[in-house]
Amino acid sequence: MTVLTPRETTPAPLIDVADLDVRFGSGPRQVHAVRGARLTLSAGRCLALVGESGSGKSALARALLGLAGPTAEVLAGRLRLFGQDATAFGPREWRAVRGRRIGLVAQDALVALDPLRPVGKEIAEPLLTHRTVPRRAVPARVVELLERVGVPEPAERARSYVHQLSGGLRQRALIASALAAEPGVLIADEPTTALDAAVQARVLDLLGELTRAGTGLLLISHDLAVVEALADDVAVMRAGRIVEHGPTREVLDSPRHASTRALLDAVPGTRPRTQAPPPPDGAPVLEADGLVKRFKGPRGARRTAVGGVSFTLRPGETLGLVGESGSGKSTLARMVLGLTEPDEGTVRLDGAAWSSVPERRRRAGRRTLQLVPQDPLSAFDPRWDVARVVGEALAVAGVPREQLRRRTVGLLEQVGLGEQHLDRRPAALSGGQRQRVALARALAPRPRLLVCDEPVSALDVSVQAQVLDLLRELQASLGLAVLFISHDLAVVREICARVMVMKDGQVVESGPVEDVFSAPRHDCTRALLDAVPRRARAAQERL
Amino acid sequence: MILLRRVGARLGAALLVVWGAATCAFLVLQLVPGDPVHAVVGSNALVSAEQREEIRHHYGLDRPLPVQYLAYLGRLLGGDLGDSYQLQQPVAQALAQQLRPTVELAVGATLVAAVLALAVTVATSGRAHWPRRLSGAVELVLVSTPSFWLGIVLLTFFSFRLGWLPVSDAGGVASLVLPVLTLALPIAAVLVQVMREGLLDALRGPFVLTARARGLTEPAVRSRHALRHAALPALTLAGWFTGTLLGGAVVVENVFARPGIGRITLQAVSGRDLPLVQGVVTLSAVVFVAVSALVELLAAAVDPRLRPATGVPAA
Repeated sequence: MTVLTPRETTPAPLIDVADLDVRFGSGPRQVHAVRGARLTLSAGRCLALVGESGSGKSALARALLGLAGPTAEVLAGRLRLFGQDATAFGPREWRAVRGRRIGLVAQDALVALDPLRPVGKEIAEPLLTHRTVPRRAVPARVVELLERVGVPEPAERARSYVHQLSGGLRQRALIASALAAEPGVLIADEPTTALDAAVQARVLDLLGELTRAGTGLLLISHDLAVVEALADDVAVMRAGRIVEHGPTREVLDSPRHASTRALLDAVPGTRPRTQAPPPPDGAPVLEADGLVKRFKGPRGARRTAVGGVSFTLRPGETLGLVGESGSGKSTLARMVLGLTEPDEGTVRLDGAAWSSVPERRRRAGRRTLQLVPQDPLSAFDPRWDVARVVGEALAVAGVPREQLRRRTVGLLEQVGLGEQHLDRRPAALSGGQRQRVALARALAPRPRLLVCDEPVSALDVSVQAQVLDLLRELQASLGLAVLFISHDLAVVREICARVMVMKDGQVVESGPVEDVFSAPRHDCTRALLDAVPRRARAAQERL
Repeated sequence: MILLRRVGARLGAALLVVWGAATCAFLVLQLVPGDPVHAVVGSNALVSAEQREEIRHHYGLDRPLPVQYLAYLGRLLGGDLGDSYQLQQPVAQALAQQLRPTVELAVGATLVAAVLALAVTVATSGRAHWPRRLSGAVELVLVSTPSFWLGIVLLTFFSFRLGWLPVSDAGGVASLVLPVLTLALPIAAVLVQVMREGLLDALRGPFVLTARARGLTEPAVRSRHALRHAALPALTLAGWFTGTLLGGAVVVENVFARPGIGRITLQAVSGRDLPLVQGVVTLSAVVFVAVSALVELLAAAVDPRLRPATGVPAA
C-alpha cells in the first residue's frame, strides 16, 4: 500500500473528468450509457470502477481514450487528460494520448491480442508508433518488457502466438503491450476474469507493483474481491451513473448505496451457507473407480490427463471438483458423461455399467445425467428460440408433442423464467437468463445427476449468486446429485458438501468442505486457498 | 521425418484426386452415344468396314473395357495422354500449345481481380455508408452478368466505339486487356463481398480496439491487423477461381477468338475427341491439386494457427 498523501497536497490529477455523458445511437433507441460521470485519477493511485455488466464501466473507460465508437456521442463538462483539455482533441491529439499517455489492458487477452501476429510484434507496436526507443532497440526492449511482467524465457515467448500461451502468460503479454510506451495511466478492464485463482493472484500482484511504481491504474471490475486487493478508491456505477465514490475501505465496509450493498452481498463465500445438507443415503448414483485417461501428446509423448481417480456420488449430494486449469477436471467430467472412454477403470451409473459399453446401450441412461455447460451462449444453437431449445430436450425424453409447450413453460417457471421468454433467442437473453435456460434444458428429462462445468464463472457476481441459489434450491427439492466443477474455491465452498482437489490428474486432497478449507493438507489446496480474495476468507471466518 | 511424412501424404492424396478424375472422365465418355470411329474419320467420310476395324484396332477400341481402362491408366502413369483423334497429334503436345495463352489469361485475371478487390475493399469499408452501397450495387450487377455478355459490352465500347483496344488477336498485351477484364470483374466483385464482410468483421474485433488504443492510425490498423483476417476466406475463394480459369475459360476465349484450353475443350467435346477430353480433365485435376496446395501454403503464411510448427492441435 502506498503512503496516503492528503488530498489537498496531491499533484494535479492525470485524469480529471466531470459531467461526462456517453450516448449510443440516436432517436428512441438511443442508449444513455454514461450519465454525468465525475472522477479523478492521480499518479500511483488505483481507482476501481465497479458495477454489474451493462452499467457503463467500459463505455466510460473507452471515452477516456476517445474510442467510444463511431455511433457514440460523448459530451463532457470537463475532460482533462495529463493537463490537456481533451474535449478539443482531434484524431492526431487522441493518437498521441493512446498508448503513450493511457494504456489499455482490454478484457480477455485471447481475443484482445491479434491472433495472427506474434506477441512480440504486438508489444513492439506502441514502441514503433510513438517512437519512444530507436527502431534498432525495439527487439531488446520487447524482451525487457516481457521480463518485467514476469514472463519466463521472454526472448522465446516474444516469438509465440497468443494461442500458444497459457491464460496467465497471455494476460501478462497484454499488460506488457499496454506498458510498452510507458504510459502514466493504465486502464485495466476485468484483468483477471476467466483466470485461475492462482494465476489471478499473480496478475493482481503485478498490477499492484505497477501502481507502487507510480502508474495510475483505472481498474474496471465486477469482482469486489479483486477491487479490494488493489484499489485505493472505488466508484460504484449503476445504470450509467456513479452512485457511490470514496476510499475503498469506507465504501466496502460501510456501503451507503443499495447497489453497492447488493454487489457486496453477492461476493461468493461471504454469504451464509443455507444449512448442512442431510447426510446422503441410498445407493450411489455414480461410482467412478480408478479412472485413468492418457492422451497422445506431440511427437508421440503420452500425457496422463487423469491418473487413477475414484469417487462415489449419492442422491442429494454435491461434490465439488476443484483444481487449476489443466489439472484434468474436464477430462474426468467427460468420462463421467460417457463422452470419453477411460483407458483404465470403470464408471457405473445407477449400479449399471456406464463406461466401456456401446453407445446404444448407454442412450437410455443418458436421461439420468445431464450437463450444465460453462458458456451456454455457445452451447445453444443461436438460431433456436428458448421454446425449441428446451422443447428438444423434452421431446427426446419422450414428452408427447401436444404437452411440449406446457411442460416447457413449467420448466422455465421452475428456473425463475416464464412464458415471455419462450420466443427469445440466446443472444437476446442476459448471461444469467441463459444459464437458467441451460438449467431448464438439463432438468427436462428429470435427471438424477447434474454435471456442472464452471456453471457460473462467466457470470457477474450478483448474477452468480442468483444462479447458485437456484441450483441449491433445485438440488434440495429434486434430490439431485451434483458434480460441480470449478476453479473458484469460494463458489465451491458455498454450494458443496464434499470437495475433491485435483492436480496433474491426481486427487491430492478430498473430504468435507469445512475440513479441507480449514485445514488444507496439500500445498496445491493451500495455493488455491491463498488465491481466494481476503474479503471472502474473512467473511468465512466470521461465519 | 515428420515433414517427409506430411509431403508424402500430400502427394498420395494428390495422386488419388487425379486418378479419380481420370477414371470419371473415362467412364463418362463410355456413356456418350455414338461410334468413336466417326470422330476419327469425320462423319461424312466413306469408310469401308475393314478400314473401320483397322482404325478400331489402331486405337485399341476393339479390346474389352477393363483392358482399355488399364491400358489408359498405364499410359497416364507414363505421362502419355494418347493421341488426339482429330488433331492428328499427341494430346500432350496439343495441350502444351494451348497452355500458354490460357495461363496468361488465368494468371492475369486472378492478379487483376485480387488487386481490384483489395483496392475496392479498402476504399469502401470506411465509416461512410454510401460508397459501400454504391459498390454493393455494382458488385451485384457484375456477379449476375453472364460473362459472354460482359465481354461483348466491353468489346463494343472499348474496341468498336472508342477503338482503344484490338477486337481479337492473340499477340501483345493490348489484346489481353479485355479478356482479362471480362474474367476479372465478376471475380473481383465476389472477392470484394467476401473481403469487405471479413474486414468489417475484423474491425469489430477486440484486438482492433487494442490496436487503436496503442495510438495506431486507421490505415495502420487496417493494413497491419484487420486486412490479414479478411484475406483468409478470400484466399480460398481466389484459389478456386484460378483453378477453374486454368481449366479453360471456354466462353471468354470464344468471344474474343483466343486460342486456349477452353476452346480446345469445346472442340474436343463436340467432336467426341475422347483422348483430348480425358487429357483436359486430367490437366484440370492436376491444376486444381497444385492450386489448392499453393493456397494452403499461402493460408499458413497468413495464419500461424495453420502452421505445423505453431499450429493448434486438433482436439
